[in-house]
Amino acid sequence: MLRKIIVLLLIFVGFSGTSMAFSGEEGESESFNTGEMIMEHISDAHEWHLWNGHYGTLPLPVILYSQQNGIVAFLSSKFEHGHASYQGYKMEEGHIVAEDGHSFIDFSITKNVAQLMFNVVLMFVVFFTAAKGYKKREGRAPKGLQSLLEPIIIFVRDEIVKPNIGKNYNKYLPYFLTLFFFIWFGNLIGLMPGAANLTGNIAITCVLAVITLVLTMFSSNKHYWKHIFWPPGVPVPIKFIIVPIEIIGILTKPFSLMIRLFVAITAGHIVLLSLMFMTFIFASWGVGIGSSLVVLFINIIEILVATIQAYVFTLFSSMYIGMAMEEHH
Amino acid sequence: MELLTPGVGLIFWQTVIFLSLVFLLSKFAWKPILSALRIREESIEEALSLAEEARKEIANLKSDNEKLLDQARQEREAIMREAREAANVMREEARTEAGKTTEKMISDARAAIEAEKQAAMSDVRNQVTELSLVIAEKILKTQLAGNKEQEKLITEYVKELNLN
Repeated sequence: MLRKIIVLLLIFVGFSGTSMAFSGEEGESESFNTGEMIMEHISDAHEWHLWNGHYGTLPLPVILYSQQNGIVAFLSSKFEHGHASYQGYKMEEGHIVAEDGHSFIDFSITKNVAQLMFNVVLMFVVFFTAAKGYKKREGRAPKGLQSLLEPIIIFVRDEIVKPNIGKNYNKYLPYFLTLFFFIWFGNLIGLMPGAANLTGNIAITCVLAVITLVLTMFSSNKHYWKHIFWPPGVPVPIKFIIVPIEIIGILTKPFSLMIRLFVAITAGHIVLLSLMFMTFIFASWGVGIGSSLVVLFINIIEILVATIQAYVFTLFSSMYIGMAMEEHH
Repeated sequence: MELLTPGVGLIFWQTVIFLSLVFLLSKFAWKPILSALRIREESIEEALSLAEEARKEIANLKSDNEKLLDQARQEREAIMREAREAANVMREEARTEAGKTTEKMISDARAAIEAEKQAAMSDVRNQVTELSLVIAEKILKTQLAGNKEQEKLITEYVKELNLN
């Protein structure tokens, strides 16, 4: 049953490009700009565009804060896709700007925020259900959702956190489990048709990397800082080279985390979209079928990448934190 | 470039939502799940070590049994050996006893036979003496039946006396 659903889903995902090509958007093919289209798909937006037509676009709440106007909130449909201005704001190339040019902060529930919320709600449902299973069948064999999640939880605990953090790993385990499943769920949901590119957004990966950096700082010990500012066993002249590198290294580590996840997921989406849009560019059945097959294949690869990236982000985070709290050896 | 510029709003929402996710999941999901896992692992560990102990105990019992059996076997052998020896001794004794008895019986018999023989011989001798006396008497009686013979004998005796 589950296998059938997965196969159907894959076929659906794989052929969605082709079906899109031959359904609604044929008329626009002359003014078709692939680059723009792809950027639109992987960027954030103030509305959730699912399909063309009147009901295909879901308006999302816009929340703006400025010293001048305080908090302003309304639905993005008030802009009428950039054709109208509302309360002194208008939409320009997907961005909200103030008509009188005053500065404000955009706290809107954008497409990515909406997906973030969806992701989080899904995680609550999944993990609270699993936790309930543990309470209900205490000390007994796992069942259903539990048996699906348990090996992954144990993998994160025994293969990622325990070897890298060491004896204090229990304190950090909740963060790493949340991190791993947040990225994994985000990556997988991001692969669904119509979904936002959540984990391929640099703001999301940035926050995750910064939290890891903060945790690294808070768990660092004297030994860690001594290694950075006065590395033992290095001749003094070389220390002048090493120390700046080490100081930069504090930041490059989380920076690499941020960039890696962002690039891996965004690039995957770009590859998928480009292959799908081959059909639009060539407007031929043959290319459609061919590209759909390739898209299906890449989609499977992307599912793998989604898992690997979640693993890698969690692994490196735990390594950085573990390095900061390593005892003298 | 737009892709590389993190949106302030998204950073805000991600920070708030992600941190509350960490908090809520830690409290309501990870805590029960991890503790349940730990408890189960401990109970499995315990059950395994118990099984191991039981296995060892059974092995001990088995070796004890073996030892007991061995001991019993040895004891049995010893008893058998002893019994055999005792039987041998008894048989030997019986044999020598029997030999002695037969010898004694034979010698007794021999002595008895000898005695009987002696008795019989003396008896025969007596009878022969008696018989010969009877025969002699009878012969004498017949020889001295006439006077002539009696005279002759007397003269003979007288002659003998004369000579002396």
